[in-house]
Amino acid sequence: MDFTFAPEHVALRRMIREFAKNEVAPIAAEIDREGRVPFETLKKLAQIGLLGVCFPQKYGGMGAGETGYCILMEELGRICTSTATNVGAHIGIGAMSIYLDGTEEQKQKYLMPLARGAKIGAFVLTEADAGSDAAAIRTRAVRDGNEWIINGTKTFNTNGSFAEIVTVMTVTDPTLGAHGGMTAFIVEAGTPGFKVGTHENKMGIRGSSTAELVFEDVRVPHENVLGKVGEGFISFMKTLDMGRLTLGAACLGGAEAALEASIHWAKTRKQFGAPLAHKQSVQWMIADMATEIEALRSLVYRVAWMVDTGQSFTQLAAMCKMYGSEVASRAIDTALQIHGGLGYSRDYPVERNFRDARIAEIFEGTNEIQRIVIASNIFRQHGVRIRP
Amino acid sequence: MDFTLSEEQEMFRAMFRDFSTKEVAPGAEELDHEEKPPLGALRKAAQQGFLGATLPEDYFGAELDYVSYALLVETLAGDCMSTAVTLATHVSLVAMSILVHGSDAQKEQYLPLLAAGEAIGAFALTEPDAGSDATALQTRAAPDGDGYVLDGVKTWVANGSIAGLYLVFASAPDGITSFIVEKDTPGLTVGYREPTLGLRGVAINTLYLENCRVSAANRLGEEGQGWDIAQRALDRMAIALAAAGLGVSEAAVDTAAQFASERVQFGVPIAKKQAIQNYLADSLIEVEALRYLVYHAAWLADQGGDLTYDAAVVKTFGAQVARSVTNRMVQVMGGYGYMEDYPMARKYRDARALSLLCGPSEFQRFIVARHLLAQKDIEITP
Repeated sequence: MDFTFAPEHVALRRMIREFAKNEVAPIAAEIDREGRVPFETLKKLAQIGLLGVCFPQKYGGMGAGETGYCILMEELGRICTSTATNVGAHIGIGAMSIYLDGTEEQKQKYLMPLARGAKIGAFVLTEADAGSDAAAIRTRAVRDGNEWIINGTKTFNTNGSFAEIVTVMTVTDPTLGAHGGMTAFIVEAGTPGFKVGTHENKMGIRGSSTAELVFEDVRVPHENVLGKVGEGFISFMKTLDMGRLTLGAACLGGAEAALEASIHWAKTRKQFGAPLAHKQSVQWMIADMATEIEALRSLVYRVAWMVDTGQSFTQLAAMCKMYGSEVASRAIDTALQIHGGLGYSRDYPVERNFRDARIAEIFEGTNEIQRIVIASNIFRQHGVRIRP
Repeated sequence: MDFTLSEEQEMFRAMFRDFSTKEVAPGAEELDHEEKPPLGALRKAAQQGFLGATLPEDYFGAELDYVSYALLVETLAGDCMSTAVTLATHVSLVAMSILVHGSDAQKEQYLPLLAAGEAIGAFALTEPDAGSDATALQTRAAPDGDGYVLDGVKTWVANGSIAGLYLVFASAPDGITSFIVEKDTPGLTVGYREPTLGLRGVAINTLYLENCRVSAANRLGEEGQGWDIAQRALDRMAIALAAAGLGVSEAAVDTAAQFASERVQFGVPIAKKQAIQNYLADSLIEVEALRYLVYHAAWLADQGGDLTYDAAVVKTFGAQVARSVTNRMVQVMGGYGYMEDYPMARKYRDARALSLLCGPSEFQRFIVARHLLAQKDIEITP
């Protein structure tokens, strides 16, 4: 066993931390307040290769693997959850779906510009009546000669309003259901019939965009089928596994930032003649946060190592997302409590982080879905098949 | 023992429900989004006598018992916690302090104004370096002829920008002393509005006192009695805040249960899923426990006597329940719980204030532990 990071990963972290400090931190409060996507940050991330951090160099990536990608998400998560969300939707599920299931031609045509950050990606699955029950989607794709015609409405799409390359899940054979009846497509924004609908007004991650996407007779060539016809669901589930791990990494960063802010405030703030750090209530809070963070860090990087070494990790990715989001929420809740009234004020980052953190228990598969994934994996190993 | 509400209390509750549905619920989202104090609802509340809820009829109050008052705050908080907290600040912290500690002249001069809503009350205790540790006040009250000159900065003053009367706590030669300061008093300036996570309809401001002269007639109680006045006000407010926690929790459970009954996933309403049932059940169990703790504390307030221990118990639990219930109910609603177009996100942000407002839960726990350990002859400090 070796729990140290490779020198190139140490160097990568140093570089990203510097970048986050100089480019992300100064505008984090502003993009939240104004509810705007920091395109300037995405552009700069692209310039230094980070929007393709995990992909092989032959596809325009940096080749830092899943471990490198987790480092990116952790470091961004420490500073700005909105930015981490934009990046996660682009790399972790948008580009990743093409990397995992695309043909060589698709990778050249679509993954390359995504990995270089020349274009932004999104992954489009959820519908109004198909959230946790992703298999209940109704967006239809019907074959017409060498083309497919897509019709339907997708909701809660991160990056949806500005993504240029979108992978979308459709029903191609309603008689077959999730296994055999669903197909994923790569769609370019600007294709006739592809429209951006309403934007969501969210409690947090307000520097990310969550929009409805409407597909009205959108025609895509057959060569844009991602993976095999009928196997879209399996393909998307693989992508989601990757996204869950890296979301766990972003949560790790958020929790670490909460701990650091708490330590700083506990040292600074005096009440009853002594810094809060001398109060046992506060000491317990810090000890609990730090312990959970250590456990989460070990989990996240162990799973990243499993991905990089080709091991199966579905169940552990669900644990990363579920545990990570809950650790982050507890940590930021504790940080808010330690900061007292100031923690409740929008003048301090704790307040923004509190609103931002809450989404991670909900999106990319609610934590209830993660528990179902974990439990069904466990029971399957014991000969029991469970249904959601 | 009798756990039923009286006929009169039931009647009041129906009246509060009706009022809140008509006058408070429709504007709740707008207050939050635009960070506007509930001036319209306060005017309507004044017409109903709610702004003098627990004041005697002699001062044009509604002379409600404390349980009925808790029902009022609970009901308002179900629709809008900002309105509930604004009203409770006015009634519990300010009007009741003047009723309990004021001279006849002070009561006659100020209570009718407060009951009629012609003046809204604000409570100015906290300072930048005196949060939980309210004894560390730096605002000075220097004797000056027939009065005092106040100098200092107060932060987190609820109702700061909408108040006509401020109850200000300052350090006088004989100790902490409280003063009734009218809005137009020279030297009193309302400053920065805190931009808050929730309770965005509550005007929370910084208050500057610069060479602010008040007559001795405006001193509430005796010199040095301020800490006692503040503690008793905070005790009353703690019960009201717990009632607000009860109201927001009940409303959150109701909204989420409705959502769960309608939201179909995997072919059934999600209410049919055990995980969702457990979220709802755990929340309802907490709500039931809180409800009787709140009514009991309110009943105790009617009996007179020291409330500090019971107020700390109910406020800590109320904050905890409101936090955990709204958190679970956001989860029940999934993505919809995170969107500001639905009321759950606001309830979640609002509820988080309760373990901070008027003394954080850490300090409340100290009060509870102190009460217990005093019986074992152990003296503790915060």
